Amino acid sequence: MKTETAIDRFKTQAAEEGLLDVAYTTADSPFGPLLLAQTKRGLVRVGLPNQDQDELLVDLAARVSPRVLEAPAQLDEVRRELDLYFAGKLDRFDLPLDWQLSGGFRQRVLRAINRIPYGQTRSYTEMARKAGNERAVRAAGTACGSNPIPLVVPCHRVLRTGGALGGYGGGLPMKQGLLELEGVLDESPAS
Amino acid sequence: MTSLPPFQTVLDEHSAAVMAILQGAVGRDGADDCFQETFLAALRAYPKLGDAGNLRGWLLTIAHRKAIDHHRARGRNPVPVAEVAEVAVEDGIAEPDERLWAAVGALPPKQRAAVALRYGSDLPHNEIGAALGCSPEAARRNLHEGLKRLRKELA
Repeated sequence: MKTETAIDRFKTQAAEEGLLDVAYTTADSPFGPLLLAQTKRGLVRVGLPNQDQDELLVDLAARVSPRVLEAPAQLDEVRRELDLYFAGKLDRFDLPLDWQLSGGFRQRVLRAINRIPYGQTRSYTEMARKAGNERAVRAAGTACGSNPIPLVVPCHRVLRTGGALGGYGGGLPMKQGLLELEGVLDESPAS
Repeated sequence: MTSLPPFQTVLDEHSAAVMAILQGAVGRDGADDCFQETFLAALRAYPKLGDAGNLRGWLLTIAHRKAIDHHRARGRNPVPVAEVAEVAVEDGIAEPDERLWAAVGALPPKQRAAVALRYGSDLPHNEIGAALGCSPEAARRNLHEGLKRLRKELA
């Protein structure tokens, strides 16, 4: 019996026994490889192409549970919806989310962001107000920057008042690309 | 105290050594089941493991326990056969019998692993050392001590 076959059997059994606290996989995207991680409650972490996947996994082991295993089949639905989104064929994710990596004000900001419809944008100020503290604009910006579930929780739809792009964890070209995909920004040839 | 790495890392780094030791200890047929039981037991206990200092030693200890359980279960459930063949077994080419396995199973963990890896998996001393996380000399010493004890037990 080859070790890989035995490992696959072990993971199936672990999932059946409810021991897969964090299942993860990597997925291709037009911007580069993504890391997708979910708990039994839902999607808990999306790692963007410019982030170090090993570091993200170590962080999940420390903050969620050390029972972290690569289990691609567990994330089939997440991958399917992301593929459709990148193909411009999905304007609303229907995935259970696990918010445990953000608390308090940050989580309120992220939940407000999660309600911004496809193809629309909001300002950091509006997000601060929706989260209950209009003056905490800087904190709302920090909440966007620390979004553990980017893409699905669409922090790329939050811009500076006046329309400047602001920042993005995955880099500004990616934010620009996502807004072009959603038809918010015109595709601008690189100057 | 070292914080616990993602379990996937543990699997990536140590699954081959665990499989090699189990194949040595219980043979190819039993190794797969023992492998499942070893890693399931490890995954169940993992979050409560205080220290990530010696994960390989921890896993090998679990594997040894599962191998002993396997031999005990086999001892209790002899395979039924229609007719018991009376075959004289020549000294030196004997099938590994229950008494021998029980004696191997009773060795201290490192000696047991060294014997299993040397005679079960046919590994050289440096690879036994690598699997056990010790030097080839220490592997040789464990093997020597293990064999000495087996000769005494089975004499």
